[in-house]
Amino acid sequence: MSDHESANPNADAELHTMAEGLPPLDPDDHGRGEGVGQLKEVEGLSQGQLVWRRFIRHRGALVGVLILLSVTILSISAMGVFGIPGWWQYQNYASTHDVLNGGAPTLTLPQWLGGPGFAIGDHPFGQDEIGRDNFALVMKGTQTSLMVMMVMGLVTLVVGTTVGAIAGYYRGKVDTFLMRTTDLVITLPVLVLGAVMGKLVTTLPDKLDASDAMKAEIRALVPLMLALLLGLILWPGLARLVRSEFLTLREREFVDSARVAGATDWRIITKHVLPNAVGVIIVNTTLVMSQAVVLEAALSFLGFGVIDPNVSLGKLISDYQGAFATRPWLFWWPGLFIILIALSANFIGDGLRDAFDPRTKRIPSRREMDRALAKTAAAQGAEQ
Amino acid sequence: MIRYLGRRLAIAAGLLLILSFLVYGMLDLAMDPLDDLRISPLPNKQQLIETRIRLLQLDQPWPVRYLSWLGNFVHGDLGTAWRSGLSVSRVLGPAIATSIQLIFAATCIALLLGVTIGVISALRQYTAFDYTITFVSFLLYSLPVFWVAVLLKQFVAIGINDYLDNPVMNWPAVIAISFVAALFWAAAIATGFKRQLVVFAAAFAVTLGTLAYMLLSGWIVDPQLGIIGVGATALLAAVAVTMIFAGLSNRLALYAALTTAVVGIALYVPLQWLFFLVPMDVWSLLGLLVVAIVMAMAIGWLWGGPDRGVSMRGAVLVAVIISVVVYVDRVLQGWNLYVHASIINGRPIATIGPATPNLGGDFWISQLDRWTHLLLPTIALVLISFASYTRYQRGSTLEVLSQDYIRTARAKGLPERVVVVRHALRNALLPLASIVPVDFISLIGGAVITETIFGWSGAGKFFVVSLGNSEIDPVMAYVMLTGFLAIFANIIADLLYGVLDPRIRVNA
Repeated sequence: MSDHESANPNADAELHTMAEGLPPLDPDDHGRGEGVGQLKEVEGLSQGQLVWRRFIRHRGALVGVLILLSVTILSISAMGVFGIPGWWQYQNYASTHDVLNGGAPTLTLPQWLGGPGFAIGDHPFGQDEIGRDNFALVMKGTQTSLMVMMVMGLVTLVVGTTVGAIAGYYRGKVDTFLMRTTDLVITLPVLVLGAVMGKLVTTLPDKLDASDAMKAEIRALVPLMLALLLGLILWPGLARLVRSEFLTLREREFVDSARVAGATDWRIITKHVLPNAVGVIIVNTTLVMSQAVVLEAALSFLGFGVIDPNVSLGKLISDYQGAFATRPWLFWWPGLFIILIALSANFIGDGLRDAFDPRTKRIPSRREMDRALAKTAAAQGAEQ
Repeated sequence: MIRYLGRRLAIAAGLLLILSFLVYGMLDLAMDPLDDLRISPLPNKQQLIETRIRLLQLDQPWPVRYLSWLGNFVHGDLGTAWRSGLSVSRVLGPAIATSIQLIFAATCIALLLGVTIGVISALRQYTAFDYTITFVSFLLYSLPVFWVAVLLKQFVAIGINDYLDNPVMNWPAVIAISFVAALFWAAAIATGFKRQLVVFAAAFAVTLGTLAYMLLSGWIVDPQLGIIGVGATALLAAVAVTMIFAGLSNRLALYAALTTAVVGIALYVPLQWLFFLVPMDVWSLLGLLVVAIVMAMAIGWLWGGPDRGVSMRGAVLVAVIISVVVYVDRVLQGWNLYVHASIINGRPIATIGPATPNLGGDFWISQLDRWTHLLLPTIALVLISFASYTRYQRGSTLEVLSQDYIRTARAKGLPERVVVVRHALRNALLPLASIVPVDFISLIGGAVITETIFGWSGAGKFFVVSLGNSEIDPVMAYVMLTGFLAIFANIIADLLYGVLDPRIRVNA
């Protein structure tokens, strides 16, 4: 598309005018299509700029980024991180308080939404049956879930890209071996393998013949270990995609010329091939991350995920599923945050896919076309 | 072909062998069979631990135990679940049957809905309908299934049961449902503002009327189709099937479909006698379905014409629809009896287990019982895979619609129906051949959670319980089964693709 758009639109128009003595063609007047009405703006954009422009045009993805950022900032600032306390009054999420008003949420809607006026109150998300503050629990759980999501995404990114790159670049026996390994990992459903990994992590503190203090320390690390292990089962999809990208890219001329110029394999892979495959990698890592949130929640729900004293959103739902009839807020809030995170990640992935795919075209709606035409007509009227 | 198959099977066997070795090692590391004894307050704790170590041969290294497990496995002995002492093969058999039933129902429904909606969404690309479907499928994609399942239990099951207990007309809800349904139909069927408005009004009126009739006349408390319901559905199906797959201008196809519908209606009364006199089971029902299909093919063939195939296909589709409706009608005839049975006590939508224990009653009652139990878990599973099918189908339809042969078909003046159904749809369905078997595997994973929540003693729950109990034999049996199914599904997918798509050659 860049060829088509960056070509000087006035050249055609001038030729046309000279030949037939007609008024200059309006470059915007070619009907509906991408780039119509904005030709002059997109001269000489880099690949990164093109991708960025297409990304911010995707409204869903932009909203996804905003929501994910707000959720992250809210949870980190409320409960603090790395020992730095946050602004929320109950920093210890496990501490119990007096159960007020049956533990009902004190968060009230503003008047224009039909509530009695906006107020946060003492326990905005309510309390559970022993008086723990649900807001503190949900915020801490969100932190855990976000951390698990990031670590799983990172592990998938590193392992999947490495395996796919090596298999696709070197082909032959290395490829066969790596792809058979991928087949092996992909054979069992993710949830089944994940449950085995989860069991491994959760029994570890008890199985080790360690002191109680040591066990407590291991327990605190369970979410991180779980995320690392789960990352090790989510990479095959990415590896396959990266491999097929590499298989086509390695036959291109620029790779040959780099090789003739004496570049090492490492240089060719990292400098010449990988930048061309970056779209596939980023898009799929994002989608894996949205899958990771739900996977962690499902495993915690089954009892093979995050264990006490840690909290995660899935564990909260699992703990409180029996309380739905009496204290539904304990069930709604963690579920809402899981959906917010996973949905945002999905939309961001979708936006990135559109942004990296050079074939995606956005056809302006009829209303936008009319507006653009009116604008150019007005501009022409002003000139004359 | 046979060489290719042989090679694939050999690789599959090798893969399963390595998988079993690795998983056994991992399970040995993960499981802690001594967990309950380690915190036991009993005075003879040490002795108990030693007994258990001897029972499970924990003093030997795990590769040795793996070899003995493998030896038994090859001889068909799946081992025992040591905590309960039950033989694995005896427990796993019924559990698999339960799971397959659940997953199969969910796959069929999700496939049908997902493909239809995906195709429509692609045909209406960049409209409000398309954006809504995209958003809904993303939302479903992000929903944790266990969360949805608890909501389903709370709202759908208890809500319906409470309503049936005390049916009070809720006008705002009925109007809201009619409004949403009308919006859906208007956006899905019609193009152009005027036609959309007409479809919207018609759909709103029809939905509102039907719902109001169902609720006001008390039909909902004792739903029956009867010969009128069956007849109306049969004729409607005949017209609709012809309209979509042959076009109403193809008179022979229309007559074939209508004849099938009329024959179906005529057979309704004799069938009721047959069901009354002969005790039924699943196999005789399937036999009746085959008879219906054969009869429909004969009808289509007899109408003849230059393209018999089209008439026959339409007639068969109509016959299948009529058979399903007749089955539903017969099952619903037991509704009153079922709901007022003392064990059901007026709350028919079940939330736990695959069947009501000690229900009694004939084949039809137990069929009804099975469906009321299947309802919620199936909805939960369908919601997940529906989203991915819609996305896939939308993508592949869009890709096909941008091909040159579609442009050619339009350029030579074919009606839009022919372009979409004959040229686009068939090619857009191809990728499903490789997606469905793989999705079946991920549904097995999804079933693990669904079965746990709804208390189905299926294979997934069996796996979760055994893993929690640190019983290695049952978990290994489940892993081998799932691994086998997954590899098998992949081979089927590749073969199917090779058969359907002539561009792909299957050779060794």
